[in-house]
Amino acid sequence: MAILIIAEHNHQALKADTAKTVAAATKLGGDIHVLVAGFECAAAATEAAGLVGVTKVLLADAACYQHQLAENIAALVVDLGRDYSHILAAATTHGKNFLPRVAALLDVAQISDVIAVESADTFVRPIYAGNAIATVQSADAIKVLTVRSSAFDAVATGNSASVEAISQATDAGLSVFVGEELTKSERPELTAAKIIISGGRGMQNGDNFKLLEGIADKLNAAIGASRAAVDAGFVPNDMQVGQTGKIVAPDLYIAVGISGAIQHLAGMKDSKVIVAINKDAEAPIFQVADYGLVADLFVALPELEAKL
Amino acid sequence: MKILVPVKRVVDYNVKVRVKADQTGIDLANVKMSLNPFCEIAVEEAVRLKEAGIATEVVVISIGQTSAQEQLRTALALGADRAILLETELNLDSLQVAKLLAKVVATEQPQLVIIGKQAIDSDNNQTGQMLAALTGMGQGTFASKVVVADGKVAVTREIDGGLQTVSLNLPAVVSTDLRLNEPRYASLPNIMKAKKKPLEVVAADSFGVSLQSQVKTLKVAAPAVRQAGVMVDSVDALVAKLKQEAKVI
Ligand SMILES: Cc1cc2nc3c(=O)[nH]c(=O)nc-3n(C[C@H](O)[C@H](O)[C@H](O)COP(=O)(O)OP(=O)(O)OC[C@H]3O[C@@H](n4cnc5c(N)ncnc54)[C@H](O)[C@@H]3O)c2cc1C
Repeated sequence: MAILIIAEHNHQALKADTAKTVAAATKLGGDIHVLVAGFECAAAATEAAGLVGVTKVLLADAACYQHQLAENIAALVVDLGRDYSHILAAATTHGKNFLPRVAALLDVAQISDVIAVESADTFVRPIYAGNAIATVQSADAIKVLTVRSSAFDAVATGNSASVEAISQATDAGLSVFVGEELTKSERPELTAAKIIISGGRGMQNGDNFKLLEGIADKLNAAIGASRAAVDAGFVPNDMQVGQTGKIVAPDLYIAVGISGAIQHLAGMKDSKVIVAINKDAEAPIFQVADYGLVADLFVALPELEAKL
Repeated sequence: MKILVPVKRVVDYNVKVRVKADQTGIDLANVKMSLNPFCEIAVEEAVRLKEAGIATEVVVISIGQTSAQEQLRTALALGADRAILLETELNLDSLQVAKLLAKVVATEQPQLVIIGKQAIDSDNNQTGQMLAALTGMGQGTFASKVVVADGKVAVTREIDGGLQTVSLNLPAVVSTDLRLNEPRYASLPNIMKAKKKPLEVVAADSFGVSLQSQVKTLKVAAPAVRQAGVMVDSVDALVAKLKQEAKVI
């Protein structure tokens, strides 16, 4: 039986999460089909067909999928999904939104945030903010999984799978899109960046995040934040790294003015190299840092920018 | 309008849990237990809707052991009107929890279900979405703003790219994110009053819902520990380490 992956995209292009979800699927064994459900999203489907390991792309192009409403996407996936052995999506806010709906309608459990595939029915996932790692085995006929992107390397491109159009398009009529405020940034996305520099409550206000921007520009880094910095209104919610925000694992993570609460560590402790800059030598962040610098960030950051 | 708020008893968020030596689970002996933080936000939102004259009754429900009565009392002290405990010794999956909640939704007929987006123990982030699916309701997940008006609820959602607002027909399910509100502290008089509020206990296995999980936990292990790092004494030293030792810049 085949595996169905629901693509993450913005209609024109695939998000990097999709290629990582395909990587997880290749460990399951079986044909891999990717569903691209969106509006005027043929370009994203072509891109999905290029991912190595994908055998077929299903393209559901209709206005009712434009805003990726969970009720509509879930209804489509449930209709298509009954004949698959596995249904996968990235553990992004989109995947987390619609996939449990799919699982419930198929009367199967969902296994969230898979970080390793042991076999076709056995998966590894973090619990308790990553302070414990559970290995679980599913006896359900269809395994429904969200995949943590930071745990898998994207598959290569260069494939040319076939693209099949799906005509079905039903608006469940339960929800209506009203509007959105998307953060615009020239910088790499947090979950795709090789380097991330994050600020916490120690930054004191939103203006001071400029101190991070200069460094981010030099390193081609994304900028993240702790919950405290988001709650205080320094920066928008989509910058939050942590247990309940974004999970990242870049080559380099620089935590500035962040104490290192369990919930923050849950989102970044799998980074390859961690740097902490904090004026408090006792801050728990230093326990996970490869390189720690006890310093006032208002002195250290301008100096760092100058020396890069 | 009646609001149903499902809540969960979990290990307090300040506790750094330890796995049992035999790797069968988490060591919960003598660990502080609390109301899951996202559930607390859900209770607060429901109580605010009542205070604003939009809701008429706030019912909290928990599924778990007898000890979960403690968290239901906390929710009552925060302003909920009555509580229901579906008692079971079993550790249920989100799907079974959602099925039980769907049964209660069928009898209680709430216009709105407000639920935490995730419990900080299992970190599943599933129950609200599953409940919405099973009851045929629309869902507004990861809410940072909730406005109820004209038979609809507008939910502003925290998504990866920023914020999205959707409008749902009532009844609907809303799941809470961190920025929805800042929960109040229960005052002593309210804690006393909560002791007298109704709390109904029903056996979870009396609903005809199979409580058998299809997912078996084979092992719970401690995460890999990071090697201790080094302290550097200057920005120069840091840049040198990153360039020459770590080779990441
Ligand atoms: C349910 C729940 C979910 C949560 N989810 C998340 C999550 O996803 N992500 C997350 O980050 N948090 C999360 N939290 C919050 C978490 O518990 C912490 O409260 C938060 O991470 C603290 O942020 P902070 O480190 O920026 O602030 P603080 O803990 O206040 O630390 C600020 C640090 O800045 C340092 N500092 C101050 N001034 C300077 C200066 N001039 N120079 C250098 N250093 C300075 C201080 O020494 C201190 O260490 C969650 C909490 C709960 C209850």
